Parts: sequence; C-alpha cells; structure tokens
Amino acid sequence: MRIPRSLLILSLVLGSAAYSQTPGLGVPIDEAAVGSLTVFADGENLPPGSGTVAEGQRLYQQQCMACHGPGGKGGLNDPLVGGHAALDKAPTSRTIGSFWPYAVPVFDYIRRAMPYAAPGTLSDDQVYALVAYILHTNEIIGAEIRLDAERLRGIKMPNRERFFSTFDLP
Amino acid sequence: MTNERVDYGAGNGLFHRRAFLKGGAIAAGSLAFSPLGADERKPWMKSPGLGLEAYSGRSRFEAEVVKQGFSNQPGTLGSGASRTPLESLQGSITPSALHFERHHSGVPDIDPRQHTLTIHGSVDRALSFDLEALDRYPHVTRFCFIECSGNSATQLGETPKDLSAGHIHGLLSQSEWTGVPLSILLQEAGVKSDARWVVAEGADAARLNRSVPLEKIREDALVALYQNGERIRPQQGYPMRLLLPGYEGNMSVKWLHRIQVSDQPALSRQETSKYTDMYADGSAEVFTFPMSVKSVITTPSPGHKLVANGLYEIRGLAWSGRGRVTEVEVSADGGRSWTEAQIDGPVLKKSVVRFRLPWRWSGGPTQLLSRAYDSEGVQPTRSQLLDDRGNLFFYHYNAIQAWQVSADGELTNAYT
Repeated sequence: MRIPRSLLILSLVLGSAAYSQTPGLGVPIDEAAVGSLTVFADGENLPPGSGTVAEGQRLYQQQCMACHGPGGKGGLNDPLVGGHAALDKAPTSRTIGSFWPYAVPVFDYIRRAMPYAAPGTLSDDQVYALVAYILHTNEIIGAEIRLDAERLRGIKMPNRERFFSTFDLP
Repeated sequence: MTNERVDYGAGNGLFHRRAFLKGGAIAAGSLAFSPLGADERKPWMKSPGLGLEAYSGRSRFEAEVVKQGFSNQPGTLGSGASRTPLESLQGSITPSALHFERHHSGVPDIDPRQHTLTIHGSVDRALSFDLEALDRYPHVTRFCFIECSGNSATQLGETPKDLSAGHIHGLLSQSEWTGVPLSILLQEAGVKSDARWVVAEGADAARLNRSVPLEKIREDALVALYQNGERIRPQQGYPMRLLLPGYEGNMSVKWLHRIQVSDQPALSRQETSKYTDMYADGSAEVFTFPMSVKSVITTPSPGHKLVANGLYEIRGLAWSGRGRVTEVEVSADGGRSWTEAQIDGPVLKKSVVRFRLPWRWSGGPTQLLSRAYDSEGVQPTRSQLLDDRGNLFFYHYNAIQAWQVSADGELTNAYT
C-alpha cells in the first residue's frame, strides 16, 4: 500500500512529539543552585581543592581497603590496581589502571558512589587525595604529586588508545 | 492415530505453523479416561471461599515461581541482579513482581512528595517537575522490553552450565510502560543549539548516571511513571524512571531525578570502564546502545520434562532493540532443518513477541533451537558470534540458544 506523502509528514511530526501546547508546569530554578555532581571527562565541573598521595593512602586504609584490598588488590570487590599489559588475554584484569580511559571520571565516581556504605561523606579534598593515591599505585603519577583540577585534567591514562566509538571521544 | 493430516514444516516432528488451522485437530495420541468424576465435590467446593481483598496475590500453589539467579557484589545486599523465571511464564508481559532487578547500590525508599525531576544545563531555562505536575502532561503508553546488556553472558563460558532459561536469559522483562515523553519537558526547557547529549542521573545511593544522545531522547524516550497500569515498583525506579526502548537496560536510569543537557557525554564510570564491549585485540568499544535481535525457547526448556513421546507446543520469546521481529524459525533436529513459527500479534517495535509451533516428539534425543530475524538480519550462532567478537567480550551476547533433549525427556543447556 502506498502511503500518501501528507500522511507520512504528519506521522513524522507526531512521531517526534512536537506538541504545540504543553502544560508549562515546570518550576524555573537557578542553574547555579542545581549543584550538578557530574564531572565530565574533559574536566568540566571539577571542583576546587587538592589532595596528596600520602593523604590518599591514609584515607584508603580507613575507607576503601576493607572491600578493595591492601594496595588496591586482593579484596572482595573490584581490583583497582594493575592489569595494564594483559587486556588482550583472558581473563582480563579490568582496573582503574588498565580499563579506565580517562582519569577525571575516577574523581566523579568516587564522589558519586563511594565509599559504598556512606556515599557523599568525603570532602572534595579527600576525593582528590584518593584519586592521587590510586593513580600513584597504578604508576601513573609520582608519589610527590598534589592533585588538583588542573593536574587531574592533564593526566593521560595508559590504555586510552584502546577505547574507540562511533561517537566522538575526547 | 487415525485421520491425521500430517503437515510437517521441518524435520523430526516440527509441524507447519499453520498446521492447526489447515488440518483441524492434530491427533494427540491414545485417549485415556480420567479416574475423577466431573461431579465430585472437591474440598474447596464444600464451603464458601475467601472474601474480597484490597491487593490480591496469586495462588499459594504458584509460590515456587520466583526470581532466580541472584548475584551480589560481595558484602552487599542490593548491588547485584536477580532474573525473571522465563520458563514459568507465558504471553509477553512480565508480571511486575517478577521483573528482573539490577541495582548498583540497592533500592532506595523514595518519598514521592520529596522527589523532583530537574532539567538543566544547556537549556534556556532550568526547570523542576514534581509528580503532581508530570501527571498533567500528555501521557504515552507503550509495550517494550528492558534487557540488561550482560544478559546471557553465562553462555560465554567454555562449557554450557546446567541452568534454566530464566537463569541464563532472564535479565529480560517486558512491561506496559506509561509516562511523559521526555521531549516535551525538554521542549519547555528550551534545548540550546549546541546540545548533543543528556546525562541522566538516578536518586539511588550510587547516583548512577548515563549519557544518552539527544536524538534518542527525541525519538522515543519516556519519563515512565506507571508499569503495567500501576505506579512503577520501587525495584524498577519508583516514582519515575527513564525509559529508552531497545537500548541496554542500565541506560533506562531508575529513580530518575536529574537530566543535564550537554554538548558532550560525561564518559562516566558506567559508560567507559563498565558497559563497554571488548574485542579480541584488547580494544574496547564505548557507547554500544541497542540490544540486537534474539530469541529463546521457554517451553520446553531446562527444568521441564517431556513425560512421553507425542505432541507438544514449542513456545518462546523473540525481541529486537533495533525494531520489529520480522520472523522466528525453530529447529527440532539440531539446526539441520528449520521452519517458521507462528508469532502472536501485535508485533511492536522494540518489544518482545511470543512465538509457538506444534511439535511431535518421537522420544529420541535431539536439540531444539530458535532463531529470530529483524530488519538487520538473523541471530548468529554462538561460534559465529565468538569468531566475530573474540572471547573477551561480555555484554550484548545474542547467539542462538540450543536445548538438548535426552531420550528420557530431560532438557539441558547446550552449545551447537
């Protein structure tokens, strides 16, 4: 059956849900008051603050080690360290060092979801310190580094080149 | 077995899908008389039954039909998955209480009066909507499935595990979802011309977030408020979830509370180091959204037993996240011959369909298989899929499933 062109156009318009009249019941809010937690991989929305590897190590032992193991390995839950060279052999070891294409989302994820039992309890400085410690343990940054937004944004992860997409990636 | 018009569609006893329609009744085998008289008064017929109730449950005799295949991150109760018992269900809708679960930090106990949806970022005006406001917006109802991208990954093991259809493939459920097209809310907020993505975030403890291309939002994204006619269950995102028909399940963010419109994706943990697809050379593809065409025979399947040779109805589910299922074929001889199954209509886009086909089991060992087609092609065999994608991938497994039938009528998971 041939479908008249006018009907096709009508269905396209309806299909894209262009409504001429909508209730308009959204309450306007101040963008600045939203307080978006999302930090984008390119560093957009990273907060001020900083932390050192040494501070991160102390925090790690208190807040993370019970699940992720000493030094980021051998815990009950996901390993965070190692596996850099072995991504093309099964079983792979997918860690922050081996399978995170960007460094900034480590900050985003810890602040968003960790520690598991009490997310949202770490200060931004503490999150920077934990990221510094985990990146250092993965031999990505030196022990003396004080990590802040600018330094974190500049870090290139070891296996970045392995990741590809049909969408644009930074 | 007299007067039977044999109308076979493929080898080893598979009938043509229209055999019942064309030939009338298919002789079922020898007749035996029931020992029970029809006028016998059973215990439950000797006094009045139970009264009315405010929220009804099912028969106590069905209590064994429950979710299965529970797995959790060690030391947690709610970071894991449970699976729909596909082998115990018929039709194409999953009862809400049996919808599979997959959470990253448990099920939040959300007070709907304190829950809002915020739309902000690359928009002309940031807006906040409460549930009362959303109820006044135009609603859309659609049937569609949600499938976890890790569904069926157990089939990547070197040998087939002795598991049920639901345990293997039950990170798949289908509901009737009702809600507000997200495009309407974005239209009110006024999307800026540089916007390409939205980042959706849930109000669970993990604040799980995923980036979704704006084209998908405009195509068919819903802010779902109702599941199978009632408010969405807490395990499915109460009081609201994002619904992205056909896309891998974790993108349909539950407990949705924030939509950030942006010119770029967040590239957060879940969409880079988690739900990405590895290839044999160790490379990994980011943003593989649609779930490909797939099917599974649910009756008979492991846990069922063919009690005697004779007539059975093979039944199963087929679905595609890329559009409509166009055809399902079944084989009862290990894939040597195939015939088209009957599909129960209506066949909707990005929706599960039920297929069926009569089969006469001869009593011998064999393998039962199904394969579904969509506009892009047919399901691969397991070895084709492994050849294509290597042995390091985990998500988006969609190969043909085989069930081994033994001579004594037992069914088990098999590789072809």
